[in-house]
Amino acid sequence: MEILVCMRRVPDTSENEIELNVAGNDIERDELVYSVNEADNYAVEEALQIRDRVGGNVTVVTVGGEDDEEVLRRELAMGANQAVLISDEEFSGSDGRGIATILKDFVQRGNYDLVLTGVQADDGAAQVGGMLAAMLDYPFASLVNSITVDGEKLKVSREIEGGNRELNEIDLPCVLSIQTGINEPRYVGMRGIRQVASVPISLLGASDLGVEKTAVGEVAAKVRRLDYFVPAPSKGAEMLHGRREENAHKVLELIAARGGLK
Amino acid sequence: MARIFSYIVHRGGIVDDSAAELAAVARRIDPAGPPTAIVTGWGADLDAVCNSLLSPYGEVWKVANESLAYPNAELVRQTLVKVLPPNPILLVPHDHFGIDLSAGLSIKLNAAFVSDVLGIDGIDGDSLRMVRQEFGGQVSAHVRCDISSGAVINVRPGAFKPEQVTPISSVVIDKSSAVGPLTARRRYLETIVAEAGDVDITRHNVLVSIGRGMQEKDKVFLAEELAEVLGAAVSCSRPVVDAKWMEKSRQVGSSGKTVKPKVYLACGISGAFQHLAGIKGNPFLIAINKNPKAPIFQVADVGVVDDVLEFLPELTNKAREMRGVAAK
Repeated sequence: MEILVCMRRVPDTSENEIELNVAGNDIERDELVYSVNEADNYAVEEALQIRDRVGGNVTVVTVGGEDDEEVLRRELAMGANQAVLISDEEFSGSDGRGIATILKDFVQRGNYDLVLTGVQADDGAAQVGGMLAAMLDYPFASLVNSITVDGEKLKVSREIEGGNRELNEIDLPCVLSIQTGINEPRYVGMRGIRQVASVPISLLGASDLGVEKTAVGEVAAKVRRLDYFVPAPSKGAEMLHGRREENAHKVLELIAARGGLK
Repeated sequence: MARIFSYIVHRGGIVDDSAAELAAVARRIDPAGPPTAIVTGWGADLDAVCNSLLSPYGEVWKVANESLAYPNAELVRQTLVKVLPPNPILLVPHDHFGIDLSAGLSIKLNAAFVSDVLGIDGIDGDSLRMVRQEFGGQVSAHVRCDISSGAVINVRPGAFKPEQVTPISSVVIDKSSAVGPLTARRRYLETIVAEAGDVDITRHNVLVSIGRGMQEKDKVFLAEELAEVLGAAVSCSRPVVDAKWMEKSRQVGSSGKTVKPKVYLACGISGAFQHLAGIKGNPFLIAINKNPKAPIFQVADVGVVDDVLEFLPELTNKAREMRGVAAK
């Protein structure tokens, strides 16, 4: 099976406190720790496991800039067969639809049976996978938390409310957005990344893909972020500012007053 | 002003809470025109839903089709493309169904898509300003959307309060004939109900709930020790389940369990809205997190900025002392 995983490099929210910059128009990007978007990493692991069961190749692709090579190389170290960086000044300012358009043109150059994305990235929009499927006219399923290959079809379960799962059958080729927790992504150490240091990463631009310039970038974007802000705090918590022992004592009194600590 | 539609989520003949919330959103965008509800489904349930919706919706567009008895987003998308007029504004709840439906629908309609909206900030001609959150709720953003060719807007459940509106004369319009036969290359098979776990976290009055701040599986015992002395159960947020530190049955949130404890001790939990959606009954919420900007502190009653790996053992030791004293 030929599998493509679309991924992104994002600020790692488990490593960073995201704050506004001085001008207030963006987040403070100095000294941010970046990593592979968490759901995308699960998608790559899932692709590798499917390939190892049924054969084929896993390609990882991202739309971005040269800084994004590091995450592509990390996924090569995990075991992806090829990595592609799609980069062009024309793409700057693209909204989700623009990114999906670029990926659509890339997918149509290849022969992929299965296209995976993470369910959502740092902007929480959960949009590129569904848009890409609609542009390709492929069937789509989101929030996928298990995949079984069954000939020309897949059985996939989706995460729905209350911890329940919705089981679907879906024809190939298709696009799936992968939910976190679907598997246990393998560990990649520095040594693994060094071993793939010389593996070439394909670099493609707008003209290589035949991307229509009016369909991408800032001019085409129907949706634009104007600024970032931190809302005025609501009532908020009463913060305890004592020493650790004092805080612990106060917390226990509060719990005991409400029926805990019997 | 483009016509505004709400996609109505319903189960077993009962309208989801989101229907009234979407009506409030529609009125924020266009106070003049009552919005139109679109209800897809099949059978007696569908009629019950249409009739219970009449207020605050001016019109209810009913689409009956046997293929839509289960809301397979692939089929609903085709249906909406056939039924909606050009350049519509469609509001959809941002739940597991909206995530499945809307991004692709916006492409098929050649409309803009804005996801997980929690505020309407104003409209100026074809430019609609909205509020979203990014980075797990750590910062908010204003976004501007060009609605001249229509828009699909996914709205965060619970973010808008339903409005009291005076009943309007409204009407159910049957649009079923516009749809015709539907087929999809994704077919719904069955719903697999979550397994019951070893502990039922929905039945406990005190929950010690742990998040990513616990760092590793080998530290979960710190929460278990505290829970034991408090007479509590240990629950958790999604990252803890994703990392396989605890069973899915312990997860609180929209994709996990809904709990109604008296006390909820959030330990190293950032406070993503999907997690908060699982905490009902307005419990006394105590948050411990080393990030003073964690969104959990916005909703907690009491907050402690500290490392849970240090603070939990302190709590456990103190609690043991207090119990020892009480026993004498």
